[in-house]
Amino acid sequence: MFSLFLEQLLNGLQSGVMLFLMASGLTLVFGVMGLINLAHGSLYMIGAFACAAVAAWTGSFWLGLVASLMAAAIAGALVEMLIIRRLYNRDHLDQVLATFALILIFSEGTRWIFGSFPLFLSVPDFLTGTVILPGGSQYPLFRLAIIVAGLAVAVGLFLLIGKTRLGIRIRAGEADRGMIAALGVDIDRLYTIVFALGAALAGLAGAFVGTTQSVQVGMGEPVLILAFVVIVIGGIGSIKGALVGSLLVGFTDTMGRFLLPHAFATFLDPSSATAIGSALASMLIYIVMALVLFLRPSGLFGATS
Amino acid sequence: MTMNREFLINSILAIALITVPLIALGMDEPFIITLATKVAIFAMAGVGLNLVLGYGGLVSFGHAAFFGIGGYAAGILASHALNYEPIMESPFLIEGTTQMIIIWIVALIVSALVALLIGAITLRTSGVYFIMITLAFAQMIYYFAISWPAYGGEDGLSIYVRNGFPGINTLDPISFFALCAVMLAIAMVFSAVLIRSRFGLALQGARQNAQRMTAVGIAPFRIRLVAFVISAMITALAGALYADLNRFVSPTMLSWHMSGEIMVFVILGGVGRLFGPLAGAALYIILEHLLGGVWEFWQLPLGVLLLLVVLFARGGLVGVLAGERKHV
Repeated sequence: MFSLFLEQLLNGLQSGVMLFLMASGLTLVFGVMGLINLAHGSLYMIGAFACAAVAAWTGSFWLGLVASLMAAAIAGALVEMLIIRRLYNRDHLDQVLATFALILIFSEGTRWIFGSFPLFLSVPDFLTGTVILPGGSQYPLFRLAIIVAGLAVAVGLFLLIGKTRLGIRIRAGEADRGMIAALGVDIDRLYTIVFALGAALAGLAGAFVGTTQSVQVGMGEPVLILAFVVIVIGGIGSIKGALVGSLLVGFTDTMGRFLLPHAFATFLDPSSATAIGSALASMLIYIVMALVLFLRPSGLFGATS
Repeated sequence: MTMNREFLINSILAIALITVPLIALGMDEPFIITLATKVAIFAMAGVGLNLVLGYGGLVSFGHAAFFGIGGYAAGILASHALNYEPIMESPFLIEGTTQMIIIWIVALIVSALVALLIGAITLRTSGVYFIMITLAFAQMIYYFAISWPAYGGEDGLSIYVRNGFPGINTLDPISFFALCAVMLAIAMVFSAVLIRSRFGLALQGARQNAQRMTAVGIAPFRIRLVAFVISAMITALAGALYADLNRFVSPTMLSWHMSGEIMVFVILGGVGRLFGPLAGAALYIILEHLLGGVWEFWQLPLGVLLLLVVLFARGGLVGVLAGERKHV
């Protein structure tokens, strides 16, 4: 029981870290440009497909990973320059619709090119084994590697935002767009860079998750909605909030699915305990979100508007 | 002038909705009648959303929740009635039904209660938060429907015989179309009357300047909450009809794609226009039918079209044809 618990905790951490890669880009784009981007899930999908295609073509997972970053970043930059740029001064309704249209375009385009069948990504050889967890159960090495890689990217992102010149500009852009434009920062280029950065993070998450699941059209949408829940809980625009929200959602979701059926089994017969437990578990993160919003309408780390 | 042109467009839309199925009946093309029925039902879902989206300025991205609740009201009640299993035996007996009127009443009550709950939480927020939270609540109901095995879970629930309406053979396509068209007309008239009432003016006032509304003694929150509930009820009614049209209800009706589509009907047609949802739904179904017949990946050009409408043709179809909207 203990080792199973530990395994689920690690799964929760993994899902939280992957969510952070998604949510940080989403929240950065909203914080700096004031844009709500539904097509963020498409960039995640593009990353996964680029990784799968390049890995299958070259035989190297690492080249695939590079391709996922490049493809998502390039797609993000192109979309920003061609379309998103026209939406910054529009209301949120226009942004929602235009990015919804982008989802249709990306999903159908991907289905057109790759077909409807899922692709599979294989793990690089030296990461295929398992490790023995305290308590005796085995845990896939690759999942641990994903957790470590995701945490490293998260640390890198915090350093980028906190310590570099680009980070200063991004934070300044969040605080006052007009002022930093007046101070001579090329605001258009900054926006493109921020958007491409968020896209690259989403693409990377797509490649990682694509390795543990399958790569298929529509894979980005459930993650996108979870990422929305994350940034709503954390406070839209806050990277710290995205981190806390990601971990909260990752753990709540994983542990809820694991523990709730057990909890109901203590006073219900097994089959209805599983039914009620798993139905409730699938709603749990939304209940947590509702609670957080009820107490703090602008999220845990959101600026009170 | 523009008002007259909009009136002309609206008349053409209404006449087309009625005559096309009649011509199809004459030509013995029941599929066209089904398409027209679909247009009427989607338009009605859009009329519901337009109330909060167009007039209230509240971008609800979760109206599929109410559409699906209406659908499941029809599916669940009918399945209990057809299997002769009461829904509840104690403390008092509740049985299923195949009568549309009772199903509609249940759909209205349940959707109103759910909307009251969701609205009470979501309307505390605004802007992007409101969009995302309505979406999240709809997803919560979606995942609940998927993981709750009693009514089909992911596979959905079939309605083996279309539910009945007194005096009408609902299995006859043109009769069912007429029923849906009448319901759409009632929803539109109701919506038009509501918008011109004191309540409707307050709702639009809250969209334009919430602070000023508060200053003159009208609480925007309560106005918006009532509008949200009414809007959900109209959409739920459309959902109940949609389940009966397909004789099938599944979590797809609750999915966020559905929310997006209902929103697309409203936007393609024209936000905050009485006939906008009808124009949008008709355009959508025609495109789906024409493009889908030619190319498997028809949603790609649909996405491009939607993008162009958002970027360059604000005001949608009715807006492009009839010009700027006049203030009510």
